[in-house]
Amino acid sequence: MNRATFPHFWLPLLLIAPQLAISAIFFYWPAVQALYQSVLREDPFGLRSTFVGLANFRNVLADPAYLNAAQVTVVFSLLTAGFSMAIALLLAVQAEKVVRGRGFYRTLMIWPYAVAPAIAGMLWLFMFNPSFGTLAAIPRALGIRWDPLLNSSQAMGLVVAAASWKQISYNFLFFVAGLQAIPKSLIEASAIDGAGPVRRFWTIVFPLLAPTTFFLLVVNTVYALFDTFGIIHAVTSGGPGKSTETLVYKVYNDGFVNLLLGSSAAQSVMLMVLVICLTAFQFKYIERKVHYG
Amino acid sequence: MAEGLVGTSRRSLTLAHVLLILGCVIVAFPIYYVTVASTHSLRTILNPPLPMLPGPETIENYREAVSGGINRIGGVGVDRLLLNTTIVALGIAFGKIVISMASAYAIVFFRFPLRMVCFWLIFITLMLPVEVRILPTYKVMVDLGLIDTYAGLILPLIASATATLLFRQFFMTIPNELFEAARVDGAGPWRFFKDILLPLSATNIAALFVILFIYGWTQYLWPLLVTNSNSMNTIVIALRKMISFADADTPWDLVMVTCVLAILPPVLIVVLMQRWFVKGLVETEK
Repeated sequence: MNRATFPHFWLPLLLIAPQLAISAIFFYWPAVQALYQSVLREDPFGLRSTFVGLANFRNVLADPAYLNAAQVTVVFSLLTAGFSMAIALLLAVQAEKVVRGRGFYRTLMIWPYAVAPAIAGMLWLFMFNPSFGTLAAIPRALGIRWDPLLNSSQAMGLVVAAASWKQISYNFLFFVAGLQAIPKSLIEASAIDGAGPVRRFWTIVFPLLAPTTFFLLVVNTVYALFDTFGIIHAVTSGGPGKSTETLVYKVYNDGFVNLLLGSSAAQSVMLMVLVICLTAFQFKYIERKVHYG
Repeated sequence: MAEGLVGTSRRSLTLAHVLLILGCVIVAFPIYYVTVASTHSLRTILNPPLPMLPGPETIENYREAVSGGINRIGGVGVDRLLLNTTIVALGIAFGKIVISMASAYAIVFFRFPLRMVCFWLIFITLMLPVEVRILPTYKVMVDLGLIDTYAGLILPLIASATATLLFRQFFMTIPNELFEAARVDGAGPWRFFKDILLPLSATNIAALFVILFIYGWTQYLWPLLVTNSNSMNTIVIALRKMISFADADTPWDLVMVTCVLAILPPVLIVVLMQRWFVKGLVETEK
């Protein structure tokens, strides 16, 4: 569509200037700095720096701690996305069935969205605190020596639980919207052909829900990668050992606590590449969705 | 609609209700737990299991927390923490809406050199979240003297592409006829914006506002970086400090009260403005 426009020249530049200025100062300049620093080696006091080419990247990739963080991130993201999406889908399907009380259920289901990730982590820590958490009695009753702050797999379990819990609301709302968009006539047609409820779900509903599922997969991955920093920082600080240290937590820790500027910058650049790939993937998929209607 | 062809059998309907109730219990329980904990004395909290009903210390705990109790743990009063967080959340919500509406307006209703370049420059910021440029952004803040200021807490978070994309998308659905009719009647850019575009965008603004308020209220990494002084902390950061310095003397009852105060405002906004919230969520992401 050819849009009719105002003839002004300076006004639009003035209108767009604030956003461009903020983007330049707080987004582009730091990003360029990260790129620049990633090829330098700087002493911790920032007095001297030398050009070292890709040495920082080589060092990072050869560092067992980085590979550990990468592995932790993959495990954490898969578990978080898997649990929160599976639970949300199960609940959304049930919510589609009921007529009475649907609004009531939704109201309760959206609470966690409003809770900051860091606080979500603290809530789970309170409940499962080995010394005063009421729910710590459950793993103990199962014969587990429960101490999530000293045992790595228990620590991972706790942060995954908090991260998935927080994301259930979001996934639930999107799955409900996705389910409502599926034409009832298709489901009825398959019922006439004799398909039972389970069969109808797996052959009709689930495939038609695929766009929503893919979209949520990307969003949940981005969430697990970046937004969960608060949970990790507030609950485990990457510990015990380095068993819950994710890539983002490591960038923060190496840059701010250990002052390894070159290494932190190289890690930032690699994360940037990751985000660019994920965003590109997401937009490619959205375009396809538009095409099919 | 149990009579329909693909109607749900009575058993399956019961099962659905059971699962949903179970789901709601799991989803709401952590929030309920901390709320109940905030109404019990320190002694009760430290002797599990916690009673599952509110205790007798409600008024006592909250009065103590508000009148200096939290000040003693965190070095800053809870009123100041809530004020800081409210300023940040409102600042981010309003700031983002204003600058993204302005730039979307410029991109859709004007022609100027490098228009598409500007659009792409804004779009690409989607791919540069704070988390991937932590250290250099911090350096910029130090150089600009923005550490421990509201501007430092708010400004870097108000430029993001999502809101601009949303408004651009919406503005492009405004028919040319409407625009030309306004022009024929002699409306300039400001008049057209104020009398036509703004009223039409009201729903979008309300929906976006809820999402952005929550986004601002729940920020973590950024406030952690740019605040050193306790008096500039947001409530989330203050809470984390209380917990990380926890020892035998930590007054957990007051920590629980702080936790409830940190959770309550955004939960209320989401629940009370549910319609806008769901609309905002589903539409900003698509």
